[in-house]
Amino acid sequence: MDILNVTYMVELVPILLRYLPLTLQMATLGMALALILACGLAVVRVLEIPVINRLTILFISFFRGTPLLVQLFLFYYGLPQLMSSMTSIDGVTATIMGLTMHFSAYMAESIRAAIVGVDRNQTEAALSIGMTNAQLMRRIILPQATRVAVPTLMNYFIDMIKSTSLAFTLGVTELMGATQKEAASSFLYLEAFIVVAIFYWVIVEMLSWVQHHLEHRLNKAYSR
Amino acid sequence: MIKLEGLSKKFGNTSVLNGIDMTIAQGEIVVIIGPSGTGKSTLLRCINFLEQPSGGEITVGNLKVDVCKATRKDILALRRATAFVFQNYALFANKTALDNIAERLIVVDRWPKEKAKKRAMEILQRIGMETKADAYPASLSGGQQQRVGIGRAMATGAEVILFDEPTSSLDPEWVDEVLSLMKQLAQERQTMLVVTHEMAFARDVADRVVFIDEGRIVEQGPPSELFSNPQDPRTRDFLKKILADQPTS
Repeated sequence: MDILNVTYMVELVPILLRYLPLTLQMATLGMALALILACGLAVVRVLEIPVINRLTILFISFFRGTPLLVQLFLFYYGLPQLMSSMTSIDGVTATIMGLTMHFSAYMAESIRAAIVGVDRNQTEAALSIGMTNAQLMRRIILPQATRVAVPTLMNYFIDMIKSTSLAFTLGVTELMGATQKEAASSFLYLEAFIVVAIFYWVIVEMLSWVQHHLEHRLNKAYSR
Repeated sequence: MIKLEGLSKKFGNTSVLNGIDMTIAQGEIVVIIGPSGTGKSTLLRCINFLEQPSGGEITVGNLKVDVCKATRKDILALRRATAFVFQNYALFANKTALDNIAERLIVVDRWPKEKAKKRAMEILQRIGMETKADAYPASLSGGQQQRVGIGRAMATGAEVILFDEPTSSLDPEWVDEVLSLMKQLAQERQTMLVVTHEMAFARDVADRVVFIDEGRIVEQGPPSELFSNPQDPRTRDFLKKILADQPTS
């Protein structure tokens, strides 16, 4: 007997491909929302807006301080109990909410650091030629902060793609859930999980390629 | 014309500027000298509100601002009527030499891009940097960066250019090219207010030299008088020390 049933593995690929869109959808939607939320949180932290700043610190502390799985369970099982209007929340929504909150907490800190890291002299130079604060942000600070933040943000995106697999614990049949089901019916666990591992690996590798080229483009201005 | 009346600045309880009165005529080149930490840079930074002054009035051209009542609009107008050259160049790192100069014209003056870039190119030619139009600051030498910094100030078309120790952080080999560009501007009668420790520049280029100590104007006059016949003992003391290090003739 062969160690691995390769035929089964090849057959599994088209089956799992059908579930790939859901995984990517949760990850991209989660990333987009997390980015927006993180920018908001970062701006609050940079400007130290009273009261909201405190709440932001608490928010970041909680979502960085507790496991993503616990947060997902809180949203999925906890929220309906809290609010009767949400008698049930579907697993996909709960996952996207969880990913958004969890990763925005991390991303807010790296965006904040990137904004603060832009050389203070350039801020003065921009003000000295008569720019408004909004122009300063848009034309000088954000383009440079983006360059600093992109590598870490891409890492979080990669992490988020892999974290979508936790949705399977909420009964969502995405890539991981589908694999689990297939494996349970064929009893070929090793084969199934090798295939799904390769799936994630390839997605992440493709993203790394994008990241590399993006960074190269953003760094053009700073090389001697 | 620039007019400062009773301009003062306090940091907490420390008084850095104690009521500076000064008038600078159109096309006049004024050099401010004095010991370190006596408020020379603070004075320049107060004129365009990079520091919020504590009291006094600032007039630039037709614009008169009581610093205590300055609105956001006043501050913006004052900044647009003055230009600043920084000790550490402070070029926009994400923009080419050309775009550093064109930025003000595009963003603040809302010129069409083509017109702004054409104007920026003319300025690059005047400062002898046209071959570096597409270079980013990181690839330029200190002297080249500061020349672009001056070009950026020239593009503003401001009433006055404020120079805050423009050669102090340059390697000695780059100082001359920056000073000669400033001389060129002076010959074109660009109004300039310059804080510097370059006494030879002050002697050769300035119409008037102002000696500041402890946030006050101690004495001022044409360089020929101030350097050869200083009246106040503090001026004498300062000149003796600094001229021992760098003879002017």
